[in-house]
Amino acid sequence: MTLAHGAGGQSSAALFDAVFAPAFANAWLDRHEDGAVLDVPAGYRLVVSTDSFVVKPRRFPGGSIGHLAVHGTVNDLAVMGAQPRWLTAAFVLEEGLAIDELSAIVADMAEAATSAGVSIVAGDTKVVERGAADGMYITTTGIGVRSLDVHLGADQVQPGDRVVVSGPIGDHGVAILMARGDLQLTGDIRSDSASVYPQAAALLAAVPDTRWLRDPTRGGLASALNELVRECGLGVWLDEPTLPVNPVVAGACELLGLDPLYIANEGKLVAIVPHDQAEAARAALGPAARVVGEVAPEPEGMVVLRTTIGGTRIVDLLVGDPLPRIC
Amino acid sequence: MRFVDEFRDPAAARILLERVAELAAGQPHRRLMEVCGGHTHAIYRHGLEQLLPENVELIHGPGCPVCVIPMGRVDDAIAVAETPGVIFTTFGDMLRVPGSASTLLEAKAKGADVRMVYSPLDALDLAQRNPEREVVFFAVGFETTAPSTALTLQHAKRHHVTNFSVFSNHVTIVPPIKAILDSPGHRLDGFLGPGHVSTVIGTRPYRFVPERYGLPFVVAGFEPVDILQSIVMLLAQLAEGRHEVENQYRRVVPDDGNRVALTALEDVFELRPHFEWRGLGFIAQSALRLRDTYRSFDAEDRFTVPGIRVADPKACQCGEVLKGAIRPWECKVFGTACTPQTPIGTCMVSSEGACAAFYNYGRLQLTAKPR
Repeated sequence: MTLAHGAGGQSSAALFDAVFAPAFANAWLDRHEDGAVLDVPAGYRLVVSTDSFVVKPRRFPGGSIGHLAVHGTVNDLAVMGAQPRWLTAAFVLEEGLAIDELSAIVADMAEAATSAGVSIVAGDTKVVERGAADGMYITTTGIGVRSLDVHLGADQVQPGDRVVVSGPIGDHGVAILMARGDLQLTGDIRSDSASVYPQAAALLAAVPDTRWLRDPTRGGLASALNELVRECGLGVWLDEPTLPVNPVVAGACELLGLDPLYIANEGKLVAIVPHDQAEAARAALGPAARVVGEVAPEPEGMVVLRTTIGGTRIVDLLVGDPLPRIC
Repeated sequence: MRFVDEFRDPAAARILLERVAELAAGQPHRRLMEVCGGHTHAIYRHGLEQLLPENVELIHGPGCPVCVIPMGRVDDAIAVAETPGVIFTTFGDMLRVPGSASTLLEAKAKGADVRMVYSPLDALDLAQRNPEREVVFFAVGFETTAPSTALTLQHAKRHHVTNFSVFSNHVTIVPPIKAILDSPGHRLDGFLGPGHVSTVIGTRPYRFVPERYGLPFVVAGFEPVDILQSIVMLLAQLAEGRHEVENQYRRVVPDDGNRVALTALEDVFELRPHFEWRGLGFIAQSALRLRDTYRSFDAEDRFTVPGIRVADPKACQCGEVLKGAIRPWECKVFGTACTPQTPIGTCMVSSEGACAAFYNYGRLQLTAKPR
């Protein structure tokens, strides 16, 4: 990449034609206009979400920044109860980045978009001087459509409701930690980066009374549930023995003094559902899903864990990044 | 997880808890100090405290390496980190520890090259890969982490690495235990001894506790079942009127310690005449500095550090907490002015610190406990 690729002239056009246009080809992009005109089906409302992606390393077991840039935004729409339809993508590229690497990441985005059923309908590229960005930053904005009769939200949550997660927690964060290589830890763990839309749709079809949905990304399950209790003013009780955690993730966290509850996921759902529909929800979310806790009136605004040995502790929001302990 | 899950077995924990209850039933109020921050963390993380009978109280001791570093030393570390050309390396939990004016994390944001490492060998590796830079390792910790610093320095010397140095803040575990036992009105009935430190120093250095102070001492592992079994062993000693050093953590701790590690420590380090401990003040012969033969690797020699003693903030009662004189929530600023977001004292910074552990995991109990 050179600065010319971002200057809007011939080089920019050549880059678009060589890299983006063939990978993302669709009816909107092919018109080469300044914006995409989208049709909203009758009986639906639009849901919009945006997210920026920076990750080191850009490629890791189970995915790349390209997969994340699609899945992250698509998942934000899915947990709003929307069907993701369109994406826009903005790239900030560092001078000197290999075009081959950009093409590979763009191919990952195209693959992720196709399998998630979304079209990348508009985009932008800027190139900054060497040293001004860490290789590549991607921002995607997603637009989805949601039926008028979906009512998800923290205000729907009631005492007695159950907490369901769609599968093992912490895979993405631990895969990234290991891929960075500075821990000299190796293990067979892949990022769970994936679209959760099929699972979200299956859940909403099986349990239309689903109260609240999230994809527990940065900050993990603990942070997602803390946001919920702060919003709804109720308490959440988790049962430690029921939390699904892959052995490699549990082992890495144990060694580093980290807690899987706070580790990022990129392809998981956490749902609050009525207590008598917890089994239906679990079944709809697939074989790895587990009922992991319940909502209670007390303690207000707090997440509490019943530990394996029968104690209890608070699961609070972290102050900053989780830091490994000395010994 | 093999070798971990067995020691978190709820059935085993239940049996031990019953045994604790039986033993405690005939005894007065017992205050048992867990010396090590790793124990404090485990006790809160597993919610052990509220499973114990009311007359068995756990006091969180001084064995949190982050918590005992005085502010002046953090200032010194920041001064070294801000020296042009320096790559300053540290364990993760030192990043947020407040000095008198800022933290290493803030120094990093302002442009200092501060990097988190997982081992001193990583720091040495950085030095070898960046020969034009000065790489400094912020060495913190008890006899648990000191041998890895010693081995790294031996390696650096053998390979004639000239751009690597260590800012040693290593401390030793026995002097603060003595200091606590010598402080008037400590009210302790026994100790859960530090497991990791003992893998290095063994169990013999603790004999003075029963011999001179007449208190039981049980070296304990870090899983819930380890901790409960150690409490059973302490209560049994107290019930039988015994006071001995016992070793619950035999699967890891040999009574003689680790000869190789001790030899490396002896080769590289010597005792400082005195060292300031956060909250506990100056304690004689309680910390390690580099021997003359390693002088060229000593960051205190190589860089100009302010070396100014900074008094602990008045409102902070970390010292009283570290001595077990008060519980975290009895400190005047706990949970109000001093929280993990804005820690005043170091006990609130590390997740091993008594205050942070209680704030993060345990404060649910406050509703049930009289303040």
